[in-house]
Amino acid sequence: MRYAMAVDTKKCVGCSDCVVACQTENNVPIGYCRDWVVETVTGTYPDLSLEIRSERCNHCDNSPCVRCCPTGASHIIQGGIVKVTADKCIGCGACIESCPYDARYNHPEGYVDKCTFCDHRVAKGNDPACVAVCPTNCLYFGDLDDPNSSVSRAIKNRTWKVLAPEAGTKPQIYFLT
Amino acid sequence: MKEELFVSGRNIPGIDPSLAIWHWEIPLYLFLGGLAAGILFFAGLFKIMGKEKEMPAAVKWTPIVVPFALVIGLAALFLDLKHQLYFWRLYTTIRIESPMSWGAWTLLFVTPLSIVWVAVYIKDVFPNWRWPLKFIDKLVNALRPNMNYLAWIMMILAVILGTYTGILLSAFNARPLWNTGILGPLFLISGMSTAAASIILFSKKGKERKTFIKINLGLLLAELVTIVHLFMGYQAGSQSKLDAANLFIKGDFTHFWLYDVGFGMLIPALIYMLLLKFEKIPYMIAPILVLIGGLLFRIVMLDAGQISGFVY
Repeated sequence: MRYAMAVDTKKCVGCSDCVVACQTENNVPIGYCRDWVVETVTGTYPDLSLEIRSERCNHCDNSPCVRCCPTGASHIIQGGIVKVTADKCIGCGACIESCPYDARYNHPEGYVDKCTFCDHRVAKGNDPACVAVCPTNCLYFGDLDDPNSSVSRAIKNRTWKVLAPEAGTKPQIYFLT
Repeated sequence: MKEELFVSGRNIPGIDPSLAIWHWEIPLYLFLGGLAAGILFFAGLFKIMGKEKEMPAAVKWTPIVVPFALVIGLAALFLDLKHQLYFWRLYTTIRIESPMSWGAWTLLFVTPLSIVWVAVYIKDVFPNWRWPLKFIDKLVNALRPNMNYLAWIMMILAVILGTYTGILLSAFNARPLWNTGILGPLFLISGMSTAAASIILFSKKGKERKTFIKINLGLLLAELVTIVHLFMGYQAGSQSKLDAANLFIKGDFTHFWLYDVGFGMLIPALIYMLLLKFEKIPYMIAPILVLIGGLLFRIVMLDAGQISGFVY
C-alpha cells in the first residue's frame, strides 16, 4: 500500500478551502497550517502563465525528516504516511531543517507538527479533510498500488510533476499539469 | 521572471519567509563543541607522544576549558529545544542515520571523560588543590599511570565530535549550502584551529607556543584551502548550489570574506608567520582573532544555510 495525492493545477482556483478544512479537522493552532496554497506566475507581461498549487507534506519515499530525527519521533506508518509522535519529539528542529518543502512547523506546545494525510479519517475509509471539501474536486487521494484508485487513474491519464525531484526525496504529491 | 506567493497567507513563525528555526544557540554549541574536540585531541595526542612535560598547556592546562565549554554548549542545545521536557528521549534510542543522535551519544561519553582528564591533572595546574573526599584522590592516583588508554579513547571521540559538528549540517540535503561532504572536515579543521589558538593563549613556554603557532598556521592554511574547495564545489554544482554560493558572492553574506576569511584566517595567519620570525610582537592578538573568527564562521554558515533551499 502506498498512499499518495494528486493535485490538478488546472482545476485548482486557490480558494484555500483545503487549508481551512485541515485547520478545522486537525485543530491546527491559529497562525499555522499543515497545507497551503501557492500561486506561481512565470514569464514577462503579457506572456504570463499562472499555476496554483495546493501544497502539503509530500510523504516522501526517501524522507530526510525521518532519517535525521534523533529520537525516532518522526516515523513512517503503513501506506508510507510520515508522522510525528508528540511525546517522543524533543523539538530540536532537525526535521524542519531537513525538509526541502518546509512542510513542518513547531507546534506552540513544543513538538513538531505536520500533515498526516488525515490518517484517522483514512483508516475509516474516508478521504483526507482537504480532499473531501475541495469544491473543484482538484485533489485526488488513494493507494498507488491499486490501479483503480482515483490517484492512480489521475496520474495515469495526465502529465504530472513533483516538486524539487532533484532533492532526491521521492515525493508522493503529484501535480497534474 | 518567476514570482511565487502564498495565497493562503501562510506566515508560520521561524519558517516564512525563510527558515530561521535555529538561532544563536546552535552556532555557539558548534563552536564550543569544535573547540572542545580540538583541545581534547591535542591533549590526547601529546600525552600519547610522551610530551607531557614539554607541552603542559596542551596536555594539562587548556583541557580545563573543555568541561566548561561542553556544559555551556549543552545548555545552549537544551535551550534550543522546543519540547525540552522530553530531551531524555535522545537516550532511549540510537539512530544510526541521524547525526544528531550520534552527537548526543558522543557528548554523553566525552563530557565525563573530559572531567576525568582534568581531575587527573588538576594538581599539576593548581598545586594547592585538595579533593574534599579521599577516595577521589585515590581514584585519580590510580588512573594516572593509565592515562594513555584514556588518551586514545579521547582522541577517537574528539574526532567524532569535531567532525559531527559539520556533518550535523551537511546531512540536511534540503539546505544546499550545508549539503556538501567537505563541511565535516572543514568544521573539524576549524575546531582544531580554535583549539590550537586557545592552547597558544594558555602556553607559558616559548617552545610549546612556537610549536602551536606552527600547528595553527598549518590549520589556518588548510582551512583556507578547504574553503576554496567548498566554493569551487558550489560553483560547479546545480542551480540550488549556485544560489547558495551567491549568498556569499553577491548576497547578504559578502561580509564573510572580510570578517571570517580576512580577520579570522588571513590576518592571524600573517601574524603567525611574523611571530615565527620576530618574537617581540604580542602573541595574543592572532589566537583571539582565530577564536572570534571560528565563532563568526559558524554563525554565518548557520544563518546562510537556513536561507538556502530548493526553488520550484
